Amino acid sequence: MLIEDEPNIAEAIRYVLMRDGFRVSLHDDGTEAVARVRAAVPDVLILDLMLPGVSGLDILSALRADPGMAGLPVMMLSAKGLGRDREAATRAGANVFMTKPFSNADMLAQVRALAASCPQADRG
Amino acid sequence: MAVTVLAGARVRERRLALGLRQADVARSVGISGSYLNLIEHDRRRIGAEVLDRLAAVLEVSAAALTGTGDAALVEELRAAAVAAGSGAAGSGAAGAAEVDRAAEMLGRFPGWAAMIAGQARKVAQLERAVEVLNDRIGHDPHLSQALHEVLSSASSVRSTAAILAETEDIDATWRARFHANLHQDSERLVAGTEALVAYLDSVEAAEAQGVDPLEEVEGWLAGMGWHLAALEPGGGGVAALDLSGLASGAARVLARDWVAQAAADANAMPMAAVEGCGGDPVRLAQDCGVGVLAAMRRLALRPGSDVGFVLCDGAGAILLRKPVPGFAMPRAGAACALWPLFAALSRPGTPVTALGEMPGPGLRRFGLRAWCEATYPAGFGGPEVRRAGMLIAPAPEPGEALALGGTCRICPRGTCPARREPSILSDIAPAGPPARSEVSTRF
Repeated sequence: MLIEDEPNIAEAIRYVLMRDGFRVSLHDDGTEAVARVRAAVPDVLILDLMLPGVSGLDILSALRADPGMAGLPVMMLSAKGLGRDREAATRAGANVFMTKPFSNADMLAQVRALAASCPQADRG
Repeated sequence: MAVTVLAGARVRERRLALGLRQADVARSVGISGSYLNLIEHDRRRIGAEVLDRLAAVLEVSAAALTGTGDAALVEELRAAAVAAGSGAAGSGAAGAAEVDRAAEMLGRFPGWAAMIAGQARKVAQLERAVEVLNDRIGHDPHLSQALHEVLSSASSVRSTAAILAETEDIDATWRARFHANLHQDSERLVAGTEALVAYLDSVEAAEAQGVDPLEEVEGWLAGMGWHLAALEPGGGGVAALDLSGLASGAARVLARDWVAQAAADANAMPMAAVEGCGGDPVRLAQDCGVGVLAAMRRLALRPGSDVGFVLCDGAGAILLRKPVPGFAMPRAGAACALWPLFAALSRPGTPVTALGEMPGPGLRRFGLRAWCEATYPAGFGGPEVRRAGMLIAPAPEPGEALALGGTCRICPRGTCPARREPSILSDIAPAGPPARSEVSTRF
């Protein structure tokens, strides 16, 4: 699952991942994020830090607070790569922190690794 | 008193310049020739009365003999030493400036002293500029936004272009889609970059000088003798004032506000009324139906006025200074807490008067009149905004006076109950932190 508000970036990420065999569900804002994730049960969540009106960190903290989603691998995306933001993301429970602009190859490699580490790895 | 008085040397110089004999001068002044000789060699202090009579005989002002006009420069030299860290090491410590002999240095090397003061001022300006820029980079939402925009579009361009370049069998529809995205985001990228460059250019232009805008405005006003003649009837009006000498936008905004205020003052308080009120701001305010602060401003800023003026806001921050020789006003930071100006803040609408004395040689007494105005710009239910003003008039009167200073850091008064921080001057006055019994009241 991908939660990212920039449509062109979202489209590019989705294309790259789908070409590699992943199914990608997309949401462009943070509303109902926790409920949606819970319903979709993705293998990997890619979450943008700066979403309109909502902080990606808050969403992540809420997810981690739910015992059913404690093991979900999360990649945090952000245009700000400051040490502070990276630390905050890690503390909130992000497995990987990726700064924009990123290379498609890097992003794909990280997502593959995260999917492999996920307990439900046999889903697409 | 820490400041050395070289009055004797000046007396001697002046006497010789006029070609007068020691015995004759002594007789005119009413002292013996031998006593005058001791005075001239700075072996005896000069009493206030003798000083006045000497000044009269030598046809100069008493201030010229005691070097009172230099007091402000001596304070600046001390402040420069503090800023350079000499204060911490202690006067006279290896490599530190001999702060206690600043007056002597000024007397012997006025050129070097002026240069030191000038450089200290420049350093302060540069430090302020750096601080503003750092602040900006860290906290400016516009900058943050502009950067985010650039990074987002760059990210999209990168990912989209990589897909187009690396995907061999890309579907025609997708290709078209991605080409359109690429085009859109590269335009965004250009717009974002241009905005960023324009923004950084504007920052550079405004802050290049690094001057505190308030100081710039004061310098501009001082250059015109603290009187905007153009605003009097017969002058050219607001349009005739040249604000181009002010480098920063902030200074120009302040100056424009000041000018608008002064124009309103000139309209409401014609020169005839100003001259007829006997220097009394409350009378002038009543005669012309204006507020007392406006009247004070008008009195301080008329041509040839020797009265100083300081205006502060409800937090005690100084909004404007019209300096007067002998009354030290700090360039930045908090002033002396004992100024009647601050006492007035807690008594809006009440005249606060005091006779104040500044540390230093010669006659440094001033008649101080302060007043606080409380206004309610947002109406009855809105916040109360207080401002206070103080007129400072030289007043060589005897009697009990408030012992004041400019600011604690460079004030020589050793036993002031209001001292908030140690002074850099440690020679005569025990200028340490307040005594234990006072700690609880300080906080």
